[in-house]
Amino acid sequence: MQIDTTRHTNRLIVHVRETRIDAASAIEFKEQMRSITQSTALPVLLDLSCVTFIDSSGLGAVVAVRKALDPGRLLELAGLTPAVEKVFRLTRMDSVFPILPALPADLPDDLRDAV
Amino acid sequence: MPSEPQDKTTRLTIPSDAHQVRLALCTLFDALATGPLPPDTRDTAQIVLAEALNNIVEHAYGTERGEIEVTLHTSATGLHCQIADFGRPMPGGILPEGRLSLPHLMADLPEGGFGWHLIRSLSQDLRYRYEGGCNRLEFRIESQQSAL
Repeated sequence: MQIDTTRHTNRLIVHVRETRIDAASAIEFKEQMRSITQSTALPVLLDLSCVTFIDSSGLGAVVAVRKALDPGRLLELAGLTPAVEKVFRLTRMDSVFPILPALPADLPDDLRDAV
Repeated sequence: MPSEPQDKTTRLTIPSDAHQVRLALCTLFDALATGPLPPDTRDTAQIVLAEALNNIVEHAYGTERGEIEVTLHTSATGLHCQIADFGRPMPGGILPEGRLSLPHLMADLPEGGFGWHLIRSLSQDLRYRYEGGCNRLEFRIESQQSAL
């Protein structure tokens, strides 16, 4: 499963580069997210803009990622496509996760790490 | 029901396995992309079908091998789906209620149990019966669901 990250000074953006988070990939997604989020203490923004389909196993995996984080640590979601948005809304997970309408495409330069 | 030119019936046999279910869904819904169903109805149908199939893989067959037979009939008014498997029947012979309960504490959030809630929320005329060693589930997805 391809997941990559962009590290900014105030948050870690995690880009899921797959079209599906489903029963076939939920465990792998959880494991990769665990190791990615353990590498830093930054707030996390999960970019789901490539994901066109999520099922209840995939949703459960996102919930598991949230529960594995320190309760005070922010996990935001962005870039929900229509089918993904529908699953979050019908299960009321849209009231559990802060959801940004779109990925902040142009983060100001001062938010970016000088690499 | 009279058949319109754009009506289409698709039959598919899927081995009971999460990766095979994914493959089947991708094949089915790629093919439906050119059909009469609006995108929102296609999304709804894929969510319901995925939950029904994953449930069979995880609970009806579990670790056993088996096959799932899917018949999809699509038309301008929506989609009718029939699913058959030869795994274990539903406990008590009835479908789970799929009631959603959200706890106040993040730590108590459920990581599963959303499936039947999604199926019941998004489908119409949901029916289940077990006869002759066969689970039969059927449902309809109406095309006018843009409000959901």
